[in-house]
Amino acid sequence: MIIRVEYFYWLLGILLALVALMSFGDRSNPRRWTTGLFWALYAVVYLAGEDLPPSMAGLAMIVMALLAGLGGVRSGKPDVLPEDARRASAARLGHRLFVPALVIPAVTMAGATLLKDVRIGDLFVMEQKYLTLVSLGCAAVIAVGVACWLTRSTPLQAGREARRLVDAMSWAIVLPHMLAVLGLLFSEAGVGKAVAQVTTSYIGLDSKLVAVAVYCAGMALFTIVMGNGFAAFPVMAGGVGVPVLVAKFGGNPSVMAAIGMFSAYCGTLMTPMAANFNIIPTALLDLPDRNAVIKAQVGTALPLLGANIILLYFLL
Amino acid sequence: MQSAVNMWPLLGVAVIVLGFLLRLHPVLVVVAACFTTGFAATMPVEALLASLGTAFVKTRNLPMIYLLPLAAIGLLERFGLREHAQAAVARVRSATAGRLLIVYLAVRELSAALGLTSLGGHPNMVRPVVAPMAEGAAEVRLAAHGAVLDEAQRHRIRAMAAATDNVGLFFGEDIFVAFGAIVLMQTVLRAEGIEVDPLHMALWGIPTAISAFIIHAWRLRRLDRYLAQGIA
Repeated sequence: MIIRVEYFYWLLGILLALVALMSFGDRSNPRRWTTGLFWALYAVVYLAGEDLPPSMAGLAMIVMALLAGLGGVRSGKPDVLPEDARRASAARLGHRLFVPALVIPAVTMAGATLLKDVRIGDLFVMEQKYLTLVSLGCAAVIAVGVACWLTRSTPLQAGREARRLVDAMSWAIVLPHMLAVLGLLFSEAGVGKAVAQVTTSYIGLDSKLVAVAVYCAGMALFTIVMGNGFAAFPVMAGGVGVPVLVAKFGGNPSVMAAIGMFSAYCGTLMTPMAANFNIIPTALLDLPDRNAVIKAQVGTALPLLGANIILLYFLL
Repeated sequence: MQSAVNMWPLLGVAVIVLGFLLRLHPVLVVVAACFTTGFAATMPVEALLASLGTAFVKTRNLPMIYLLPLAAIGLLERFGLREHAQAAVARVRSATAGRLLIVYLAVRELSAALGLTSLGGHPNMVRPVVAPMAEGAAEVRLAAHGAVLDEAQRHRIRAMAAATDNVGLFFGEDIFVAFGAIVLMQTVLRAEGIEVDPLHMALWGIPTAISAFIIHAWRLRRLDRYLAQGIA
């Protein structure tokens, strides 16, 4: 591989180390030492990666969780341009401001589609296993370059701005990461099997409507607990979908699978466990209520789950 | 019951549910759930720490998606990207927050259905462009009637902008044949001895994808009506 995902882990590690250094030196932050330590530990996870002994990485995760949980991660006073300066610059640069922002999706898409399977000599240009991520990394680097050129700024200023956003999102950044760890631990400890046992052994599945409703609602509920539809699907499809909907009621497996997965997605819309979709945006959009996005989504997710049950009942 | 399945790991799920209900600090809740699950599955502390550490390093690709774009987006924000997005939409007289988000929902869902899932996202589209545009449209609407957008309305618009991105992505990407979920479904069913055509699964996703669009677009219309309440 010519461009490997490690390069972007290191790049992010360097950025986080920069955030840590800036935090240590930020006198406007009342908790600058613990805040700096939090980001320094996270930087180590990215810079050392697999070279870090597993128990040390586990310890780093616990210390980070305690620092965040006990209020040790705060932000300083951000250095932003005054609003009239921003408006003047917006008027001067106009639609050109959108260009670097659109470079990110455009280059990511181009990389993920055009550079798939492309090689120079014996080497793939992009690491194939992480094709989208590597494309996104290249896109982000190019976008910084274009943005610096457009605004006549330095990459260091871009680093300061990244720190401003990282500071604003604070510990919410690591929540999806830690939930993913919990998800892996759940499957290692057999939580999925236990939940399937509970849902399938206490509910009678003799009527087709009840069976369909249990299957769809079970997908959603299981996803709410695990935070990920991919964890729910094998359990509910294996527990109810195949033995009851397909074998007993003679349903079409494609319909069972497709609508089942979409029912799981209704669960994703309603759970804080899917933090990268539901909690990160509240931090990014400065919303005071951590559950604001979930509350906005419940009104779509519940009627859609109902629609799924009706669709599956008639299409099966 | 004749089961040999160990029910104790469910304690970890109980900790999560209880923690979120009591509104304790989410990071502490997650770590507490990790320890509860580990002990319930009779893992020694050393093995549990190693298991957590291995998983922590292995999943470090996850935060990259929203951390990598921050430098470019932050720099553009410093030079007025959000202000420009607001000003640009203010010139379109027929724009409302709801209509704008309906257009975004359609674009997001259709492009995701074509496999172009990176054409949106919270850090690089919603925060710098979509949310400010929706807020700007609502501000202009209300200002024409001599009213101003209050904080609650502003927060509601932002939350709906984030929700619209999620709904468009989730219910679009699953009708794209090469998407991971389709591959996963095929693998799971194959293990159960059932062969299915990925194209059929993608096609049977379309009725739900259309329902999702109708339901969410109707709710965005209601957002406009909620915002219009401020106009006497």
